[in-house]
Amino acid sequence: MIEFKAIYVIWLREIKRFIRAKSRVIGMIVVPLLFLIGLGYGFNNLVHLNGSFNYFDFLVPGIVGMSLLFTSVNNGASVIWDKQFGFLKEIMVTPNSRVSIALGKIIGGASTALIQGVLVVIIGVLLGFTLNFTAITLLFIVFMLLIAITFISLGLAIGSFMSDFQGFGIVMQFVAFPLFFISGALVPASTLPSVLKYVAYLNPLTYGVDGLRATLLGTSSFGIGLDLTAMLISSIIMVFVCAWAFTKGNAT
Amino acid sequence: MNPINQNNKYVFDIEVTALVKRFKEVVAVNGVTFKVNSGEIFGLLGPNGAGKTTTIKMLTTLIEPTSGKAKVANYDIGKDKSNVRKSIGIVFQDPSLDDKLTGRENLVFHGMLYNLESKVMSKRISEVLKLVELEDKADILVENYSGGMKRRLEIARGLMHQPKVIFLDEPTVGLDPQTRRKIWDYIIELNKKHKTTIILTTHYIEEADFLCSRVAFVDHGRIVALDTPEKLKNKMGGDIISLKVDFPINKNIFSKVKWIKNVKSLNDTLELTVDDGEKKILDVLDVAKKNGIKIHSVNLRKPSLEDVFIKITGKGIREEAGSFKDRMRMIHGRMR
Repeated sequence: MIEFKAIYVIWLREIKRFIRAKSRVIGMIVVPLLFLIGLGYGFNNLVHLNGSFNYFDFLVPGIVGMSLLFTSVNNGASVIWDKQFGFLKEIMVTPNSRVSIALGKIIGGASTALIQGVLVVIIGVLLGFTLNFTAITLLFIVFMLLIAITFISLGLAIGSFMSDFQGFGIVMQFVAFPLFFISGALVPASTLPSVLKYVAYLNPLTYGVDGLRATLLGTSSFGIGLDLTAMLISSIIMVFVCAWAFTKGNAT
Repeated sequence: MNPINQNNKYVFDIEVTALVKRFKEVVAVNGVTFKVNSGEIFGLLGPNGAGKTTTIKMLTTLIEPTSGKAKVANYDIGKDKSNVRKSIGIVFQDPSLDDKLTGRENLVFHGMLYNLESKVMSKRISEVLKLVELEDKADILVENYSGGMKRRLEIARGLMHQPKVIFLDEPTVGLDPQTRRKIWDYIIELNKKHKTTIILTTHYIEEADFLCSRVAFVDHGRIVALDTPEKLKNKMGGDIISLKVDFPINKNIFSKVKWIKNVKSLNDTLELTVDDGEKKILDVLDVAKKNGIKIHSVNLRKPSLEDVFIKITGKGIREEAGSFKDRMRMIHGRMR
């Protein structure tokens, strides 16, 4: 059963917390900024890619993807914080289905991740990213949303079974970082060594980043159709996994 | 939709049968059975770690029992969780507020999760804020609240949707006596006015004594006694007169007096159990004088639930571990 009022108010809470945590927003913009300056500017003259764009242009969608990945896993796993501070009990004891509660968290987290993704795009443009604006460019919002939904669901699913802060660091180190490095965000997935290449092909972020390149840069490895299909499938699967995990996980 | 259950034909609001909760090797609740009448204020009294909170968590559907059965508002806690949740409200023992939201926002959040209509909600919010005297602090972030203010807000929140059954898990821990007294008055009013069934856990003797129509003593996951506070206290068999005297002393002087029911010596004090302590105190002094016993001071007290608890379990309710945990909870509350 789906309770829309519950979804709405849980979404609203995430938005309010996001707006009030200014330091967190700044922190999450500084990291992509450093990556773009350090990596992008640094490697721009060293790396030559086939195509009408340079490495910096190639990197910007990758860093947008990175920012979405980390923000999303973080947002999902914030359920550990809710547990630690006892707030999850308050939500779980109300007569709302676990699925509605999980959906509220996912939609709330996706909204804030989306805002940050757009900010990173703007920073990229300010730093010299050449945005080829066409009709399909606006589809980048859809890709950002699907990336966010996939990885918030992942964070929330893992967070459902954890109950302490230490667990949170482990999620970041052993889940988010590998997903980032083996995704084609920094270098084209096709240039990775063979085993890693196939791992990358199983990683939803690979298609998410490729989709962002297709929309923002106008070039992609897999084609926007495959990217969109892969991201839709991964989002749907992850939402179901998340709903299941959230129902089974421990609330206290 | 009103969360208050209209189907009020059953007599018991809570029926617990042989409820057990085991965490790996630890048995937190070890076969608890009791019934709470509709409209009653029922207390679970015992030291920290006795299994009170675990019992509450099972009854409020937050954790699954290992075995046993329970019904809340006539709904099975295992099979009919959704209806149980609709019928209850709870004030948790540990902090459970979002401190990045204001007090009012926490209440609105709660009201919407209980599907209150917006008119009803704003009325209830102003009512409960007035009750806990947080009206002028309602729009500042909870992280700027003191520990006591947070507790008051949590109580306000638990009462907001006017449920059929309310669980109060250590409702007044860490509150100053004035606020505690006010919360007690409100609990009683709530119970009288709305016929709300209230089940509270506490390790404050006075709280159980003052509020509860019946009290269950909980120790090591079991209920060791259950009755009205009066009847429990009667188990002590009278009032206690304690005398500070010079030892050594011949206890037989007192124990052979037939209206003195029991004589106990503790350090430099003799404790005599008698009926009608106010009258007998003079007779006791007489006996002492006749036998040349010098009395330094006299004290008369009515037996408390603590005395009964000690008599039954051999230990007090507020062990050191308890107060340490309280302090930790307060520190934790402040750190948030």
